[in-house]
Order: sequence, then structure tokens, then C-alpha cells
Amino acid sequence: MSVRRSETLLPARRSQRFAVGRRTVLGVDADVLWLLVPALIPITILSVAPLLYGVYLGFTDARAGGNVAPVFNGLENYVRVVNDPYFWESFGVGFVWAISVTAIQFGLSLVLALLLNQRLPGRVIFRLIAILPWAIPPVVVGFIWRLVYQPNSGLLNTVLRDLGIQDERISWLTTPAALPAVVIAAVWAAMPITTVVILAALQSVPKELHEAAAIDRAGALAAFRVVTWPTILPTAVAISTLDFINNFNAFSLVYVLTGGAPSGQLRLPMLLAYEEAFRYGNYGYAAAIGNVMVLAVAALLIVYLRLALSRRGRLS
Amino acid sequence: MKTRPAAVAAQYALLALFLVFIAAPIVWLVSIAFKPPQELIALETGWIPAMPTLENFTVALQEQPLLRSAINSALVAGSSSILTVLLATPAAYLISRYRGGVSRILIGWVLLSQMFPFIIILVPLFLIAIRIGFYDSLVGLALVYTVWSLPFAMWILRNFVDGIPRELEEQAMTDGAGRFASLRHIVAPLLVPGLVTAAMFSFIGAWNEFFFALVLIKSEELSPLSLLIVRFIGQDSVRLGPLAAASILATIPSLLFFAAIQKRLTSSLISGAVKG
Repeated sequence: MSVRRSETLLPARRSQRFAVGRRTVLGVDADVLWLLVPALIPITILSVAPLLYGVYLGFTDARAGGNVAPVFNGLENYVRVVNDPYFWESFGVGFVWAISVTAIQFGLSLVLALLLNQRLPGRVIFRLIAILPWAIPPVVVGFIWRLVYQPNSGLLNTVLRDLGIQDERISWLTTPAALPAVVIAAVWAAMPITTVVILAALQSVPKELHEAAAIDRAGALAAFRVVTWPTILPTAVAISTLDFINNFNAFSLVYVLTGGAPSGQLRLPMLLAYEEAFRYGNYGYAAAIGNVMVLAVAALLIVYLRLALSRRGRLS
Repeated sequence: MKTRPAAVAAQYALLALFLVFIAAPIVWLVSIAFKPPQELIALETGWIPAMPTLENFTVALQEQPLLRSAINSALVAGSSSILTVLLATPAAYLISRYRGGVSRILIGWVLLSQMFPFIIILVPLFLIAIRIGFYDSLVGLALVYTVWSLPFAMWILRNFVDGIPRELEEQAMTDGAGRFASLRHIVAPLLVPGLVTAAMFSFIGAWNEFFFALVLIKSEELSPLSLLIVRFIGQDSVRLGPLAAASILATIPSLLFFAAIQKRLTSSLISGAVKG
């Protein structure tokens, strides 16, 4: 890079002209300071500080009530985490949830984006409908899917009855099918964003490549594999990574669907940490759960990105 | 490209399946909102209300808490979106016009915030909020929303600032204008579309938000709309109709927003920087 770097952060181009009469504060360009500080103060107080404090709290015995200052207790919380069956249950549910929502969401969004990318008449309306769930607040999404899975006059039971498949009033969220049921709701809510991102990537696939593939009499599948997929792969890796993190952070949908009291099979990590902190007042322990979960997610993502990037290397 | 009729038919069929999956739950909600109480307690209900009524909407609107919480949401979302834009503009300008360590840290933070581990800040944000008086306070909630909408707003605005030629500013500066004057009088007026876009994203993000509201707001009279609806859901499942009506009313702002921006949703603005 030809960018001039210095502690005074000169503008990238024509720095001489900008430099005339520049004031510095402690060696930093005064302009940089006032541009930066307004955003920096709230970010520091409400984002950076909580993050650092949260990591620290995980190593303390902080509890609700009383004004006793939290005491550092080393790895005590982590010994408890490792021996806590609720933690392991939630850990498993969290990963099954995040991986299955991400995978199904990606697969369906890819197919939907490919369809919406065709020059079919009416595609403007189809696109509008496809992004509709995006416009619905998470709380309302939760309520909508409660209406779907309700035992009495729920949408799913009504459809199954009308199709003559079964006539029982199943309370879907309390059966062993609860996790798949909630996964479907989550996929429904998150599909639009992924679809739009993939659609944007599809539109950047050079038309010449498709024409070349057509001349070579390549079938649709072959053209997809050779032309489309390699072009959208970086986007696919990026959006699935972000989706995974988002799904791991999921809270509102399951909270609303279960009325704030999820059974074990639906207790996602966020809900476990929430319960530990605000129902039982175990702040330190909740923070420790958070630390362990984030480390586990980070480890998984590193493996995933390594695999994805090495495959990309082989393709090109 | 030439496509065979059979392939087109197959594509339409597949698309139809998707659209039914996406639309059916929404249609169901709307249908329930227009059903009178006696139809709602019937065990076998259909798709279309036999006797459509606006009763649920009037009941929902007469509930004092609903209106109050809608006002709370509007206040929080409105002030947070204005504040977001005020704070994000200088920072976006900084990222766009200066290259160097500070800009890189800011860009890094924008990207990292897309994958922020909320599970870690759950407890500390709550404790910090209590200590600095942000707990159970609409001002505190608005400031928290501001911080969480800043990265995306900075990203949008940075793209807009990138599109404003430097030459315009340089001319002003050789005429003696400082950075601030240049940002205020040259850049800001050209930035209006970007400011509006960023403000709308922040407003909708705050209006729809639930998690922080749940953690940070205790009093019912301070509840934003999302929190109130969840309390209703928890309280009684019998009154589905007014609840469905309230849900639809709560969705209107973001529906308007999406109607306004839907053309741009597949443009480059989003493709590089979607907040999931």
C-alpha cells in the first residue's frame, strides 16, 4: 500500500494540502479526535466494557442481591460447568439447533434465490413475498408460530386434518417434535436475509460464463457446479458463518414460543444463561457459561472456515 | 436462455411451495385478527373469517397499555435513530476519508459487531446499566439501541461518503474551511439519502427489538411494544384475537419501511453488509 501511515493519521491523498495548519492532541490529529470521540464513548461504555466485564465475571462468584463485591474464584465456575448436566444438555441443543437452522436455511435460501433469479414472469411479486418475514418483528414471529403449533385450531393441526392425515389435537411444542418445529420457525424467519444475499451474489455471476457453459451443452446442474457455485462460494461461506453466529445468539423466538419457560429440549444456551442469571441470580456462573459457549463456537467456526477456505483453494 | 416448458412448470411449482410456506402463517395471523370471539373459540376454524370484524383492533387499541407502549417504542426508536445518525456520521466520515490505525480499528469493530457474543454481555450489560442509571429507563434503552445500531449505520454512511468526491471538500478547504465546516456544509447535505436510510434501519431495529428490552426494562409503564406483546402472550391465551390485531399493528412500521426500501434490497448496499 502506498498509504502514508503515521501517528498523526494523515489523509490518504494530498496530505500536504490537508496538513496545513493541522493541530494535534498528544500526537493525534485533532480532527480525528472529534470525529471519533462521539461514537467512541457510548461504544466503550455499552459494548466494550460489558464484554470485558463479562469475561471477568465468569471468573467470580457474583450473585444477585446484597451489595457484596464479586470475588475472584478462579476456575470454580468452570468445574461446576463441566459437571452440570443442564449445561451439557443446553450445549447439545444449542449446537444441534444452530447447525440445523443454518444448514436448512442455507439450502432452502439457495434454491429460492436460484428460482427468484430466473426470468419468470411475476418474479417481482414473488420476491416481495419472499422477503415478507424479514419485515415482521421477532416477537410477532414467535406469536405467529405459536398460532401454527397450537393444539386447538392451530394452523398445522388444521392443515393435517383437512388433508386427512390425522385428526388429533397435538400440542406440537410439548412433543419430542418440539425442536424440529422450532427449527422450522427459525428457518422461516431467517430465510429472507440469506436469500437476498445469495440473490445479490447470483446477479454478479458473469453472463458470459453461462453462455459459454450453454455452448458446451452443459446441463443446468453442471453449469451450476462449474460456473455459479464457484462464483458465489465466498458469499456462501460468509453468510453461513454469520447465520451460524446469529442462530447461536438466538433468543427471542424460542423465548416467545415457549412463553419464557422452555423445556430442556428447547433450552438454547442464551436461554440457559438468561435463566441462570435472572431466575436464579447466579451472575458469575451465567457469565462462565457464556465464556465457555463462545469459546466452543469460535473453535467450531475456525474449523469450518479452514475447511471452507481450503476447499476454495482446491477449486480455483 | 431458452428453457423448456416442462422446466418452467417445475420451477413455478417449486416456487409455489416456497411461497405457501412463507405466506401461510402470515395469512393465518391476519385471518385470526379479523375473526369475532365466537369464531375463535370454535375448535374447527377455517382460513377465511365467516363474519369478519374489526372488533379485535378496537379492543386492542382501547387497551391503555398498548397505546402507551407504542408511544414508548416510538420515543425510544425515534431518539435512538436520530442519535445513531448523529454519532455515526463523523465516524463514517473518518473511516472514509482517513486511512490509518484508528480507521482500521473502527472497521474491525463494525465487522466484529456482526458476530457479537450476546451471551457474554447479558449479565454485565445489566449490571452496568444498574450502576449508571440505565436500568428500567427509556433513555438507557435508547442509548443501548444506539450502540447496537451504530456499526451498520457507520457502514451504510461510509459507502455514501465514499461516493462524494473529495475535490468538493478540497476546494472548500483551500478556501479556508476547516474539517467541521466541510463536513457540515459540503458533505452533510449530499449525505441526506444515506442519513435517511441509516436512520430508518436504526428505527426499525429498535422498534422490533425484544432481548435488551426484556433484560433492561422492569416497569410495565415503561414497556416497549415488543415487551408488552410478550407479556400479553404469557398472560392469557384466550384472547387471541386482540393479540393478533396488536401484532399486526406492531408490524406496520417495518412493513412501511420494507415497502420503501424493497427495491434497494438486492442492490450493492445490502449485499456487502447485511445485519443478520
